[in-house]
Amino acid sequence: MTAPLLYALAGAMLCGIGLFGLLWLSHLLRKLLAFNIMGSGVFLVMVGLPQHQGGPDPVPQALVLTGIVVAIAATALAVVLIRRYYHLSGMTSLEGDPASREGGAE
Amino acid sequence: MTLWLMAGLLFTPLAWAVLTLLTDFTRGRLVTWGGILVQVLVSLGLWLVVSRDGGFYYALGGWQAPLGIELRVDGLAVTFVLLTAVVASACGFHAGVYIDPDKPWHRYFWPLFWFLWSGLNAVWLGGDLFNLYVGLELISLSAVGLVALGGKAGALRASLRYLLAALLGSLAYLLGVALIYGQFGTLSIAGIVFWLEEHPVPAGSSLALALMVAGLALKTALFPLHRWLPPAHGIAKSPVSALLSALVVKASFYIAARLWLELGEPLGNLAAAQLVGLLGSAAVVWGSWLACRQMELKQVVAYSSVAQIGYLFLLFPLTYSVSESVSLQAQQGITLQVISHALAKAAMFLAAGNLVLSTGSRRVDALTGVSRFLPFSLFSFALAGVSLMSLPPSGGFAAKWLLLQASLGSGQWWWVLVLLVGGLLSAVYVFRICRASFLESPETNQFYHPHRSLEIIPMILALLSLGLGLVSAEVLSVMALPFEEEGSP
Repeated sequence: MTAPLLYALAGAMLCGIGLFGLLWLSHLLRKLLAFNIMGSGVFLVMVGLPQHQGGPDPVPQALVLTGIVVAIAATALAVVLIRRYYHLSGMTSLEGDPASREGGAE
Repeated sequence: MTLWLMAGLLFTPLAWAVLTLLTDFTRGRLVTWGGILVQVLVSLGLWLVVSRDGGFYYALGGWQAPLGIELRVDGLAVTFVLLTAVVASACGFHAGVYIDPDKPWHRYFWPLFWFLWSGLNAVWLGGDLFNLYVGLELISLSAVGLVALGGKAGALRASLRYLLAALLGSLAYLLGVALIYGQFGTLSIAGIVFWLEEHPVPAGSSLALALMVAGLALKTALFPLHRWLPPAHGIAKSPVSALLSALVVKASFYIAARLWLELGEPLGNLAAAQLVGLLGSAAVVWGSWLACRQMELKQVVAYSSVAQIGYLFLLFPLTYSVSESVSLQAQQGITLQVISHALAKAAMFLAAGNLVLSTGSRRVDALTGVSRFLPFSLFSFALAGVSLMSLPPSGGFAAKWLLLQASLGSGQWWWVLVLLVGGLLSAVYVFRICRASFLESPETNQFYHPHRSLEIIPMILALLSLGLGLVSAEVLSVMALPFEEEGSP
């Protein structure tokens, strides 16, 4: 097994773990952590998979840097929203609120 | 000339976002009006330049492709830039009057509005996959912020749901981008097409395309991934709902459509194309059905968005391994559907906002008697409904006519049934709202009358959507303009 493939597979596994957490866990902070794990997996695939003449390729490293900034911004926004939501409703998950019924028949 | 237009287009929204961050709501409104003027003029100027000279690649700041940001300015992109300018300025003017300036957190409306606008422009013009991702994230994060502006627990709940769905969608897209880069060593869509012309299709690259399309479908709320949309669009303030339904969901669809049109032939397959079309049809039927059954006015409009988005995904089967002319018809039909739905849905949400403001309740049955007090807003709502029902001469009619011809031309007659059923069901939910408004009830005579300008803006949008069918040939002619290929990486 070559090194790029190893990185890619590890990244894919992290993505899988993150996806599982994002869909399965109900606590919002856990969901957010799962999103971050998934993001790390994607970044690992992005940096690990492309190789430039046997060495690392500089372009994806620059991309991942941008990706990390975006992920931090998203995480910060999510934390603010989760905190505010907790203050207003006293709940840490999106399930089991009568307000969810206001969407109607679905 | 082009330099100034591009600078104006991309720089003003970001500059205005920062400027409005420093002001309160009322001053932010004044600053925004200035910015809207600049944006409309610049978008119009760029549209005129492209319709005169054809499309071109533009390297931002003179930096060439792998290092710099290369923008693809073609007829379709400038059409959407102009559409954004029209819809966003309408929503901006409406919000300036509609949103209560006394709540302190409402001043963040303007910065979020401008970040949203800059993200939209970046997506319409983006030429490489990673910058499209950044544009998408800018759009999603500001859209989530706008939904959360409602401030109550319900709004935060809807925005959190929206945020989680949007983040999952972007990660799926980004994973696809990572695989594409690993495979092809380039991020520009044109570069991938160029690579594929010289090499055989590598194994596993279909997976990358599938991941990207799936992520974008989640962000566009394609059935069965649509469940985050109705709460978010239903609970947001009406100008925000209008922006979200009219423009935000179109951005992710636009990227999916461009990926499919460029890479669908080599990397996709017939089963996938039919499956996406089938999900789109299911969205049309299921979304319309649920729209008929909602108890709240804005939920009706939100579910109608789910249905109308479904039509867009008919692009996938109607452009896969069909003749050139059928594919062109389908693309034109989808473009018209995007434009007419954007105008009609913005009009509908703004009008619905007026009706909610006037009756003081979000429920459909509270509309009793509103036809006497707010006939103008109700009329805008119904006119926008005409476009959704796709009756002539509206833009929706022209769009569905082209799609109908494309379905028959490619022998895929089953999509015609979807177009017919969708049209009928949309008539049902529009008439249901009208019927509720025309009922008379003796005890409800308490109506608040919203400001006159709040009523005029949705009317203008509804009339534009209605008139689009009459000028569709002119609108579509910009799309078919030649595009300079030099400068392509």
